[in-house]
Amino acid sequence: MSGPRPVPDADHETITIESNDDVVRARQLVRTLAQRCKLSLVDQTKLVTAASELARNTLVYGGGGVMRTGLVRRDSRVGVTAVFEDSGPGIPDLDLALTDGWTSGGGLGLGLSGARRLVDDFTLDTEVGRGTQVAVTKWAR
Amino acid sequence: MTGMREGVTSVAEQEISTRLVELLTQQRESLGAAWLENVSATLRGRISVAELDRELRELYSALVDGLRTGGFDWQGDSYAEVRALLGELSRNRARQGFSPTETAVSVLAGKEILEPTTETSAEDIQAYLRLSRLMDALGLYTLEVYAKTREEIISAQSEQLMELSTPVVKLWEGVVAVPLVGTLDSARTQVVMEKLLQTLVDTGSDQAIIDITGVPAVDTEVAQHLLKTVVAARLMGAECTISGIRPQIAQTIVALGIQFGDIVTKATLADALKHALRRNSVDLGRAGGAA
Repeated sequence: MSGPRPVPDADHETITIESNDDVVRARQLVRTLAQRCKLSLVDQTKLVTAASELARNTLVYGGGGVMRTGLVRRDSRVGVTAVFEDSGPGIPDLDLALTDGWTSGGGLGLGLSGARRLVDDFTLDTEVGRGTQVAVTKWAR
Repeated sequence: MTGMREGVTSVAEQEISTRLVELLTQQRESLGAAWLENVSATLRGRISVAELDRELRELYSALVDGLRTGGFDWQGDSYAEVRALLGELSRNRARQGFSPTETAVSVLAGKEILEPTTETSAEDIQAYLRLSRLMDALGLYTLEVYAKTREEIISAQSEQLMELSTPVVKLWEGVVAVPLVGTLDSARTQVVMEKLLQTLVDTGSDQAIIDITGVPAVDTEVAQHLLKTVVAARLMGAECTISGIRPQIAQTIVALGIQFGDIVTKATLADALKHALRRNSVDLGRAGGAA
């Protein structure tokens, strides 16, 4: 789905996602980083929205987990990356989960697939019974 | 085992508590003053010494009474007074914005007053250790009340915030609007929806505008909540317009793949109002023609 996974640099921040308030906190943290990295307003909003979707997925479908986020560098570009990890049930059928409009819950079924379209890099590791890890990155232009 | 009294209080325990009562009563003034000094050193004038003195004096007496009648059973009836005083103290501290340390110190500083020296007898050291444990338990109790009070304050505030942030305003005869500001979660959507629907009925309006200029990000959950609200308004015969869609939000919504279907959306509240008025006047014209 993308090249080597960017790893948040040393001063990345980790927050636990265990309630709806944590989703809001995750969103605010990503927004702060996006502003610091000078992403355009559109890109900021896209990244924040993707983070919001993924944080909520972590909470609702993964039963809670953590988000690690920080600035990343590749060549001369700067970006913001956010990694969402849960040890929930995992995703049995990834293609289905990434289909627009399909949901195993009560949502619109656009969260995961939409988040992929909102960011530049998107990687997803999942194993049934072990959990899911989603990493997204948005690069400054 | 020469006999356990009242189930838990052994003879040895009772001797210790009797000795503590003796110590605390004999040196009441000096120990009370030391306690007060310890606490006020930490609070550094954030609370008046007279008030602190009153609080600690009451606590001191209640503690001695508790020890005398109930031994170390701080959860028992003999300590009801102590617990009531501590509860009041920590609730006040929490409301006045004191930190947990500043709250717990009132209790924990009470340990130090009987701190043993090299001349302290073995019995008195044991009495001190037992008192220490008692004060630790009471300190934890204080912190629990403190945390609970803080939680109550927070939940009360978020409720107030929810009420505050969802006003439904009448813009024109037959047109009401909800300017949404901040995060839109399930709980708030519920409040917004209820208020909007009620206002539609109360004012006899048939045009509703939901303005999302103040919503920082529209993700699928927010969109779903908006859609539900619009559908509910439609069921009541009202037309709903969503306004305040900024460029970055529009692009995000497109990338996410959210479809607003046949719901009318506008960039600004002014556009939405114009749209609503036009629709209303057309309706009025038709009504006039039929009459």
